[in-house]
Amino acid sequence: MKHTLSVLVKNHYGVLSHVSGLFTRRGYNIDSLSVGETDNPEESIITLVVDEEPHMVLQIEKQLYKLVDVISIEDLTKKESLQRELVILTVKTSKDKRHEILGLVDVFKATIVDMTDSAIMIEMSSNPRRIDTFIRVFSEYTILKMARTGTIALEFPSSKLENTKK
Amino acid sequence: MSKEKKDSKLSNNIEKNGARIMIDTLLENNIEVCWGYPGGAILPFYDALMHSKLKHYLVRHEQGAVHAAQGYARATGKLGVCITTSGPGATNIMTGLADAKMDSTPVLAVTGQVACADIGSDAFQEVDTYGMTIPITKYNALLKSADDVARVTKEAITIALSGRPGTSLIDFPKDVQVGLSTNYKNIKMRIPDYHFKNPPIEGDVDKLISAINKAEKPVLYVGGGAITSNAYNEIKELAEKAQIPVVSTLMGLGAFAGNHELSLGMLGMHGTAYANKAVMECDLIIALGARFDDRVAGNTSDFAKKAIKAQIDIDPAEIDKRVFVDIYISANLKEALKKINPHIKKKTSGSWVSFIQKLKKENPLKFDLGKGEIKPQYFLHELYKKTKGDAVIVTDVGQHQMWSAQYYPVKHPRQFITSGGLGTMGYGLPAAIGAKIGVGEKPVILISGDGSIQMNIQELATAKMHHIPVKIVIFNNGFLGMVRQWQELFFEKRFSHSIMGYNPNFIKIAEAYDLKAKRIIKKDEIEEGLNFLLENNDACILEVKIPCAEKVYPMIPAGAKYESIIDYEHDNSKGNLFTVVPNNP
Ligand SMILES: Cc1ncc(C[n+]2csc(CCOP(=O)(O)OP(=O)(O)O)c2C)c(N)n1
Repeated sequence: MKHTLSVLVKNHYGVLSHVSGLFTRRGYNIDSLSVGETDNPEESIITLVVDEEPHMVLQIEKQLYKLVDVISIEDLTKKESLQRELVILTVKTSKDKRHEILGLVDVFKATIVDMTDSAIMIEMSSNPRRIDTFIRVFSEYTILKMARTGTIALEFPSSKLENTKK
Repeated sequence: MSKEKKDSKLSNNIEKNGARIMIDTLLENNIEVCWGYPGGAILPFYDALMHSKLKHYLVRHEQGAVHAAQGYARATGKLGVCITTSGPGATNIMTGLADAKMDSTPVLAVTGQVACADIGSDAFQEVDTYGMTIPITKYNALLKSADDVARVTKEAITIALSGRPGTSLIDFPKDVQVGLSTNYKNIKMRIPDYHFKNPPIEGDVDKLISAINKAEKPVLYVGGGAITSNAYNEIKELAEKAQIPVVSTLMGLGAFAGNHELSLGMLGMHGTAYANKAVMECDLIIALGARFDDRVAGNTSDFAKKAIKAQIDIDPAEIDKRVFVDIYISANLKEALKKINPHIKKKTSGSWVSFIQKLKKENPLKFDLGKGEIKPQYFLHELYKKTKGDAVIVTDVGQHQMWSAQYYPVKHPRQFITSGGLGTMGYGLPAAIGAKIGVGEKPVILISGDGSIQMNIQELATAKMHHIPVKIVIFNNGFLGMVRQWQELFFEKRFSHSIMGYNPNFIKIAEAYDLKAKRIIKKDEIEEGLNFLLENNDACILEVKIPCAEKVYPMIPAGAKYESIIDYEHDNSKGNLFTVVPNNP
C-alpha cells in the first residue's frame, strides 16, 4: 500500500543524502521523493511516497526518526491531506489532431504553455491519480518529452482522522 | 544578549584556532585519551595536540586507532576517540566505524580534510569522507567554519554517547583547523533534544508485569543493551526474584554473571545446547537490549515458537524488526526494569528451574580431550580457573572467539570485548590495547587466531612503545579455522584457500618487536604457558598449537531450526570425552 510520509528536517548540508541513503541501505521501496523549504528557511519538508506494508512503514518511520536532522514525521495516509504533483509534457501534434488535443486539455483543466505547428506543451497539477490518468490519455498521442514531480502534501487544517504515531 | 554576558564574552574569549577549540571542547567533556596517526590534512590539529592535556597514543595503522578506541569504549563505557588524516587515513577507519555502529559502541572519529576551497576538486588525499560515512555513523558533519567547531564537537560527543550509543565523525578541513574564532563558550547544540535526552518509558509495562507473574517457563534473553544501560543489578534482581533463567547473546555476555546458577550462557548458532533448548521450551521470552539477530534467531519462525515474546529496547526501530513481539517497551532498560521489578511476585525455584538444571547436566559443552595435544577448549577452561574468571577477555574473530565465549563464562559486565555484529578479524589486538588503557590494573587477555592476529599485527609496536601490557594468546591451527569448519561441514571438505600455508614464526615476530614470547604444543605445557602469560609485565605472546580439525560445537547451521543442531558426536571421536557446564564450574 502507498503511504505518504511528510518528514520535517533541518535544512542543511547532506540531509537529503542521509534520507535517501537510508532507503537504499535498508532496501525500502520508494515511489517518489520531493524536497523543498518551508516557511522557515532553516527547515525543509521531504515528502516521501513509499510502497510498503504498514509494519514496514512503521519501521521506516522509526529509522527516519533516528536521523539527527529529522525533526518530525507525519504519515499523511492516516490523515486527510491535499496531495499534489505537477506534470509537464510536450505532445506531437499536426493540424488535424490539434483540435482534439485542445479538447482534452480543456477536459482536464490543464494549461497550454507553448505551441508550435508540430508540438504542444501542456502543464497540469493535480493529485497523483489524476496525473496518472492524464498521462495515460495523452500517451494515445506521441509524447515527445515529459517531466513529473514527486508528490508534495499537507494535512488539511480541518482533518479529523487521528495520527496514531507521535 | 544581556550586557553582562556581552562583557564576559569580550573579556574572556580570546581567539583560538579551530584545532585548539576542538581539543578544548573534548577536554571539557571529560575526554582524556585518543588514538591516531598524523598526516598532511590533520597537521594543525596535531600541532595543537602536542602540548595539550589530551593523551594521544600513536598507532601503526588507522584501523588500529579506531579499534583501540572501540576497545577502550567497550571496557569503560566512555567515548573512544580516534584521529586520522584525510583520504587514506579516513578510508582506513571505515571498518572500525562500521563495526562500532553495529555493536553500538560510542566512538568519535576526527578526520582531516583538504581545505574547503579544494573540496570537490580531487585534491591530493581528498575523499568524500562525509558521504562515505553516512551509513556507518549516527552523527557526521563536515565543518566549514571555526565558529562551528565547538558546537559540532559537542553534538558529536553527545550523540555518540546518548540513547543507543554509536559513531560520530567530524570531517575537519585544514583551513578550518587554523581558522580563528571566539565562539566556543556556552554553546547550544542544534539538534532536537529527543535525540539525546533519556527517552520516556513507552509501551506495555503492565502487560509485561502480568506476563512475568503468570509465566511458568520464562526466559530472559540479554543483549549488549543490558551492558550499555548498566542494568545488571536490575536484571539480577528480576532473575532471582522470579526465578528466571538467563540466556545471553555474544554482546550481552557478562551482563549477568556467567557462573550464576540461573545463567545458561550464550544462545544461538554456537550457544550451549541447554540455552537453545530453554528458548525452545519457554512460554515467555523477554529480550533485554537484544535484537533477535540472525546468529541468535537463525530461523525467525522457529525461534521461541511456544513463547509470548516481549522486548525492551531503547531503540524503537529494533522492535518488530526481524521478529514480531507481543509485548514491547521502548525505554532505557535500567529504568524500565526499575519500574517493573517492584511489581514482580517472588517465586521459589520450581519445576521449570529444575528442568533447566537437568538440561544443563544432560547437555553440557563437550569435546574430546585428546591424548597429549592441546585442545583450545581445555586451554580456555584452565585459563578460566587460573585467572578465577576475572580477566578481561578480548577476542578476534573465528573459532577461538566462539570457544572463548563458551569456555570463559565471564562474570562481570565489560569483561568480554569482541566484534559481534560485523565480525571483524583484526579487531582483537588494537581493541585489547584500548581496553587495557581503559581498565588499568586488571589483566587484559587477547584470544586470537593465526589468521586474525596477522590482520593488525603491526600494533605490537604500539603496545611496546606505550608499555601497554596486553597478554596475547594465539591459537595456531594453521588454518582460517572457522572457514575450514564451514568447508568441512557444508562444502564436503573442500578446503578452498583456508590453509595458512606460510605462517610466520610468531616467536620471532615477538622478538623483532622486543617482546617476550613462548610456544606450547603439549597439554602438560599449559600450566607453564599460563604462568609465562600471566607473570609477564610487558605485552607478550603465548602461541598455542592446536589441532586444525577441532570444531566449535554445538552448532546450529545458518538459518536452520534447532533440530538440525550438530554437536561433538558428529566427529565420531572415540576419545576422551571432557564435559563442562561452564556456568557451574
Ligand atoms: C576482515 C575479515 N575477513 C574475513 C572474515 C571471514 N572469516 C571469519 S572467521 C575467519 C577465520 C579466522 O581465522 P583465525 O583468526 O585463524 O581464527 P580461527 O577460526 O582459526 O580460530 C574468516 C576468514 C572476517 N570475519 N573478517
